[in-house]
Amino acid sequence: MGKIKIEHVTKVFGKNTSAALKLVEQRVEKTAILEKTGATVGVYDANLEIEEGEIFVIMGLSGSGKSTLIRLLNRLINPTSGSIYIDGQDVTKLSKKQLQEVRRKKMSMVFQNFGLFPHKTILQNTEYGLEVRNISKEERQMKAEKALQNAGLLPYKDQYPSQLSGGMQQRVGLARALANDPEILLMDEAFSALDPLIRKEMQDELLELQANVQKTIVFITHDLNEALRIGDRIAIMKDGQIMQVGTGEEILTNPANEYVRNFLEDVDRSKVLTAEHAMVRPKTINIENDGPKVALQRMKEDAVSVLLVVDRHRNFKGYITADDALEISKRGYKDINTILKTDMPVVEPTMLIQDILPIISDSPTPVAVVLDGRLKGVLIRGVIIEALASSTQEVNEHE
Amino acid sequence: MNNFSPIPIDDYVETAMGWLTDTFSGLFKAVQNNGEDLMNGLTSLLTAIPPFVFILVVAVLAFVATGKKFGLAIFSILGLLLVYNQELWEELMQTFTLVLFSSLIAIIIGIPLGILMSKNNWVEEMVKPILDFMQTMPGFVYLIPAVAFFGIGVVPGVFASVIFALPPTVRFTNLGIRQVPKELVEAADSYGSTANQKLFKVELPLAKSTIMAGINQTVLLSLSMVVIASMIGAPGLGREVLSALQRAQVGNGFVAGLCLVIFAIIVDRLTQSFNKKKY
Repeated sequence: MGKIKIEHVTKVFGKNTSAALKLVEQRVEKTAILEKTGATVGVYDANLEIEEGEIFVIMGLSGSGKSTLIRLLNRLINPTSGSIYIDGQDVTKLSKKQLQEVRRKKMSMVFQNFGLFPHKTILQNTEYGLEVRNISKEERQMKAEKALQNAGLLPYKDQYPSQLSGGMQQRVGLARALANDPEILLMDEAFSALDPLIRKEMQDELLELQANVQKTIVFITHDLNEALRIGDRIAIMKDGQIMQVGTGEEILTNPANEYVRNFLEDVDRSKVLTAEHAMVRPKTINIENDGPKVALQRMKEDAVSVLLVVDRHRNFKGYITADDALEISKRGYKDINTILKTDMPVVEPTMLIQDILPIISDSPTPVAVVLDGRLKGVLIRGVIIEALASSTQEVNEHE
Repeated sequence: MNNFSPIPIDDYVETAMGWLTDTFSGLFKAVQNNGEDLMNGLTSLLTAIPPFVFILVVAVLAFVATGKKFGLAIFSILGLLLVYNQELWEELMQTFTLVLFSSLIAIIIGIPLGILMSKNNWVEEMVKPILDFMQTMPGFVYLIPAVAFFGIGVVPGVFASVIFALPPTVRFTNLGIRQVPKELVEAADSYGSTANQKLFKVELPLAKSTIMAGINQTVLLSLSMVVIASMIGAPGLGREVLSALQRAQVGNGFVAGLCLVIFAIIVDRLTQSFNKKKY
């Protein structure tokens, strides 16, 4: 069972909730329900399972119900029907006191506009979650200072939020959440209010943080690139319904419906294409069997000036150039080990094209794609650019 | 036109008042006596302070409260010296007592009521029309039950002032708490705050400046009741204004009125200066 499990959760805003709920059960559409009952369906029969330790991104445009959904998890909004299990415990059935405990210990929230208390200093803000738990002043100060230290904000601890930039404020928001040492982090459009460069920085920091602390993170965003960048899995929402759940890769290559497909159109393709998509079959030579004559023959056949060198298990060894092969062949040497070059950049098949681009533009040679020592393919500059320009269908064909 | 005899609302009210007066006469009497003693005591205490010391204290307070500016301090010195010069010092102290008591009582009742209103829509719906009633009913009308309950003197004056001056504190407290940004309320909730923690750590501090604006209004309104309350025997500058009115003494009326204005300005600026944002 997952860390968080959402079963048939519906949230109806407005007065006529029971009538609206019946219509939801009959699978009547959201707009029709609004017309008939005057009630707005915020979340429409949502089912989800979120695993421990993953970054789960819920993505949708405004009005899709994603912010409502995340607030149902800590019951800032109470669901109209359905169950929400956290570690197997149904939070919809908790008493006020139990809910407070869950909020204090299990999960912390990070807000779009940071949610920092303007009348409290950075340190006091960071302490807040500990303060409401009645933890002693020394202990909470120590924990809060440690959290600020990790965020690199300790020198600002006596300032007020308004004295800090947006990016710094959100770091405080995150530090406040982490000071509590929760198992679950709820991040509601946490980076949306930041400008793009700071935003990317924060995404990187979150990923780095996740590598160290392994929280279960539920992240809300309207930005697909952000979702693809940080999400282990992504749920796409529309009109309160969850349209598709899967890894970024799954959703991109296999959109569940027209809506998801349209949604994906504006993705910056370089951010989701990996080395695997863009690599081509390499021209190789076997270091154990072949000599320079074979190499030259093969280069002539394929009209290339470089051959990748492998052993009989296709373990990647390096490359040889036509000039060198010609040289030793003239001298009558047989062993291509003497001309083997090993300075070819190597990447993994899952590496993102956007990260490969700087490598390949700096390298005079193509880039080898290697998994566990085995040569999988080769990346050639022209092919990458072509892949970037191609459509989704063509990306699929590369698979 | 009037085929129906008038509904005897006046009779109803009088019956109700009579019942209240009879039933709680012991309580009213106790409040009257103790209140009178308490306020007279405070007034004697204030008059016992040498005026120059008092003026100096006010000036220093004004200097500090306005952030080390001289304007209000100088105004206080000159203004209060003028009051002293016009031999209205004791009256000023009586007025001060009246305003202090009625404002304090209004704040003690008003802030909790405002909090209750902000937390409960039903309470808000109920209390709002009552506040409207309290504010629009002419201040003179409150004098009648005040006299019925407490006789004449300073206590009924305070009673009438409290009713008249209460609404702003209630309204502004309600407004201030309701205006706390939703995200901050959510932040407080999401970290597992209890209702009290949320109120005292987040909502009240953030509503503080709005509440202070309400308190400022309450103080000024109770000041404006001073003259009206003098009609039922409340002592102070108001009584001077009233007697000048009754004898058509323009000069005396102006002087007493001017002293009231000076006092009002000092009180207003002082209460406002406590409301400076630090963040």
